[in-house]
Amino acid sequence: MTTEPHDHEHMHEYDSQHHHPHRDDQDDTITYYRLMESAVRDLLIEKKIINADQIRDQIEKMDARIPANGAKIVARAWSDTDYKKRLINDPKSAVAELGHDIGPLNLIVLENTESVHNVVVCTLCSCYPRWILGLPPDWYKSREYRSRVVREPRKVLEEFGTLIDNQREVRVHDSTADMRYLVLPKRPDGTEELSEEDLVPLIGRDALIGVVEVKAP
Amino acid sequence: MTGFAKGSLVRVKSYFPPCPPAHCRTPFYIRGCVGKIERICGAFENPEELAFGRIGGDKKVLYRVRFSQSDIWGDYEGSKNDQIDIELYDFWLENLEEERKK
Repeated sequence: MTTEPHDHEHMHEYDSQHHHPHRDDQDDTITYYRLMESAVRDLLIEKKIINADQIRDQIEKMDARIPANGAKIVARAWSDTDYKKRLINDPKSAVAELGHDIGPLNLIVLENTESVHNVVVCTLCSCYPRWILGLPPDWYKSREYRSRVVREPRKVLEEFGTLIDNQREVRVHDSTADMRYLVLPKRPDGTEELSEEDLVPLIGRDALIGVVEVKAP
Repeated sequence: MTGFAKGSLVRVKSYFPPCPPAHCRTPFYIRGCVGKIERICGAFENPEELAFGRIGGDKKVLYRVRFSQSDIWGDYEGSKNDQIDIELYDFWLENLEEERKK
């Protein structure tokens, strides 16, 4: 499994005429689905159902959703036990308290404990709590992750550097339909003195999916 | 809302629904497996109909069902306690409560 974020060897194979890595020009043949997307977009605009500004606005909203939003939710839950209860019992309203509207979808918060470690996958496609975390990482959408994490979760977690004791249950959550999932990681030992604000940068995206645990600084 | 109570024993149907290739939310690996209702998620429009633009049909109850990893994969390597939770629609589930009582 590729877990390295900078796996781009081809970028370094530039020749003498190009002294810096570059991205390929996207002047290849237009595919069926690209053409369909473009045609549907043009039609929606032409029929005044939506306009170009609304499309751009949605793209900007999507780009503004980043994993740090999830980290803030977790840091709040670690620092405020009442908030944590609300987050587990009524996740939708609890995340709305921090300004995140998840629309018609439902959120389930999975608490990691001494006895259970949770990990999330969508074996069928790439369901992911985008309203909170933004776009999923490429590996989350890969066939390899989707097929292997349900079949041999401990091995996959090990490849992410996560060793879960055999006494502790590994619980895989397959996000197949209308629910979305956020893992509430275990607060690491040695962070008792840290403020909510100082906890945020410790909590990375992968911990919110459940492939790693949060480590003390 | 009828259907299964939390904790009920259910089996996932192993048939393929009698319709064209659908936007089916029941992965193959879980078909035919026996698990327990973990929670009732609510009622939602059927994705297998929505995929064909048939909006506004009857809502279907969605459950989360918990399975033991060793029941799914005969040769599962890991802890005996390891589990999978997965969302499944009611029409994919068969009630095994009667069989359990026998």
